[in-house]
Amino acid sequence: MNQRQFNQPLRHRDDEGAAAPAVHIAVDRGHSADKSAAIKIRARDVNVFYGDKQALFDVGLDVPERAVTALIGPSGCGKSTFLRCINRMNDTIPGCTVRGRIELDGEDVNDRSIDPVVLRARVGMVFQKPNPFPKTIFENVAYGPRIHGLATGKAELEAIVESSLKRAGLWAEVADRLHQPGTGLSGGQQQRLVIARAIAVSPEVILMDEPCSALDPIATAKIEELIDELRNQYCIVIVTHSMAQAARVSQKTAFFHLGKLVEAGPTGEIFTNPRDSRTQDYITGRFG
Amino acid sequence: MTDAALPTAQPSLRQTVEARLKRRHAEELRFRFYGRAAIIVALLFLAVLVGRIVAQGYTTFVDYQLSLPVYVDPARVQVDDLSGANYDLLIADQTLARLGEKDDELGTQSGKLMELISTDLGFQVLEKVKADHSLIGKTITITGPVRADGQLYYKGQMKRTTDESERKLDNQQLAWLDRLKAKGLVKGGFNFGFLTKSDSTEPEQAGVLGAIVGSAMMLLVTASLAIPVGVLAATYLEEFAPKGRWSDLIEVNINNLAAVPSIVYGLLGLAVFINWLGVPRSSPLVGGLVMALMALPTVIIATRSALKAVPPSIREAALGVGASRTQTVFHHVLPLAMPGVMTGAILSLAHALGETAPLLMIGMISFVPGVPQGFTGAATVLPVQVFIWENASERAFEERTAAAILVLLTFMIIMNMAAILLRRRFERRW
Repeated sequence: MNQRQFNQPLRHRDDEGAAAPAVHIAVDRGHSADKSAAIKIRARDVNVFYGDKQALFDVGLDVPERAVTALIGPSGCGKSTFLRCINRMNDTIPGCTVRGRIELDGEDVNDRSIDPVVLRARVGMVFQKPNPFPKTIFENVAYGPRIHGLATGKAELEAIVESSLKRAGLWAEVADRLHQPGTGLSGGQQQRLVIARAIAVSPEVILMDEPCSALDPIATAKIEELIDELRNQYCIVIVTHSMAQAARVSQKTAFFHLGKLVEAGPTGEIFTNPRDSRTQDYITGRFG
Repeated sequence: MTDAALPTAQPSLRQTVEARLKRRHAEELRFRFYGRAAIIVALLFLAVLVGRIVAQGYTTFVDYQLSLPVYVDPARVQVDDLSGANYDLLIADQTLARLGEKDDELGTQSGKLMELISTDLGFQVLEKVKADHSLIGKTITITGPVRADGQLYYKGQMKRTTDESERKLDNQQLAWLDRLKAKGLVKGGFNFGFLTKSDSTEPEQAGVLGAIVGSAMMLLVTASLAIPVGVLAATYLEEFAPKGRWSDLIEVNINNLAAVPSIVYGLLGLAVFINWLGVPRSSPLVGGLVMALMALPTVIIATRSALKAVPPSIREAALGVGASRTQTVFHHVLPLAMPGVMTGAILSLAHALGETAPLLMIGMISFVPGVPQGFTGAATVLPVQVFIWENASERAFEERTAAAILVLLTFMIIMNMAAILLRRRFERRW
């Protein structure tokens, strides 16, 4: 898998760079070898402030459909902040203001006509620490469909729960204990449960904020495998501290540093041939 | 050479640490000792307090009942004037005859005997005859308590050795009591009357039922007002209200309200509920309203801290799947905070149960010889009952005061246990 990603996209790098508009996405070298791939999320001039402190500076990034985009960078560089702008989770933080434009399918998510409830149903989120509700496994997955009225009957709800758990690769492990507390699962299982919970609402985008940082290598491997499968259906944006993980799971990588987007492009290129010296230093482990 | 010299020149880490180790251990031992001493002192005080109350009050739960056959004399009880007959004298005269004594013309002997028999027996005869006129001319057996002073003698609290002039009953009365007991007319047993009767001017007929029911009704009003209002207010303040100068001001004021002396709430209740809104004074309703005002800040503070203790990850999880703020709060945050909310609510209710001062302000310090007639009827509550009995002059009320305190404490222990059980129950669900 790694080989394929590292080797393939190199051919098109120069074309992509030349095609990129100069002003906004000078640092975004596109996302894949295939230029026709649809862009799901388009961010332009995103500035975020926590009170007086500015956390993001003029970030512009295109996130491709049906692919995994990794946001990397040292702690405090704003990658999680950017992620949380996409489903407006920053709304819940007092004193946080977001400026700029983030389009989901061409629609500004910060527009007044967009209800955050609808937005978050379309853009699911998986957090750093597994945070299942302290309810049964079934209830965890059924919660989203229930509040959004996605199932008309009990049977339909059960079907959604089953298919979501299956797609999250958890069904085999929990099928016989659906009505036991979700908090009783292991860390890795909990994280997959949370992914199942996000999938159950049938979102278009799944945001993952360092989903493996609290997990052991085996659980991490399972989640990565899952992400790789999910990218066929969803647009996935993942924040990660592990460059190896970014290299393994993503097709596009964006490197953030001190609140600025330094460089973005096909994962293979970023890792093998970064243009910015800071990217070079970070991925070679000289800082961060 | 260098290896041996180094440690002496510069003490090793181990030596440095060990040098201070003794002091550190001593510090720990000292702290443990202080802690244990504090606990022992607290337990000692508790033991003295409870021990004294139990020692003083347990005799209330024993009571001596007279069982007397009474001939309802047609010469003294007329059908058309049942209430006009002196049943106490009727009973006393017959009992005197049974003891083989003769009354003098002034009726001093029967008068002295009446001091031994509770008026309750006379009332019972009246009630029975009222219900069934055919009882006139027949003999019926009546069971009722020995009068308070006689009870004291049977319980050993009035002693023969005390000088006759210094006790309420003279030697002859004590001799009668002994003979009544020897004849098997008096039996000691558990005092059910204390738990099934309400306040009375006669100590042997006084019970706490009215006060228990009054307390329960008052708490019902308090709980149904303070808990929903308090929990909703706290939830709004904690989860919805924009944080800023206003919310800070409100928070400070709520914290201050929790520290306002309770008698001030009594004054407020008097001014607002009784004088302005016209709620009947001395009723469980007005008592409950005042207590609700008093409990409200406590409930709000407890609820807010319980809400604060819910991990933010749960809020994010709910918001992340597209739950609205209200759904997040009512589906996830509030249920998780429930054990803390319940504990706070029940503890504040227990506090309200024991509160006396504000109730004195709203006229609850009245003699109420019965169970309250509804929420607007006159009522008394347990702590006020304690206060009233404590002020009573009869010696026999002393033990009843202690017994009422025991009932109040039992009530509180039950409530605290309910708080713990509820907490466990809610916690187990998660």
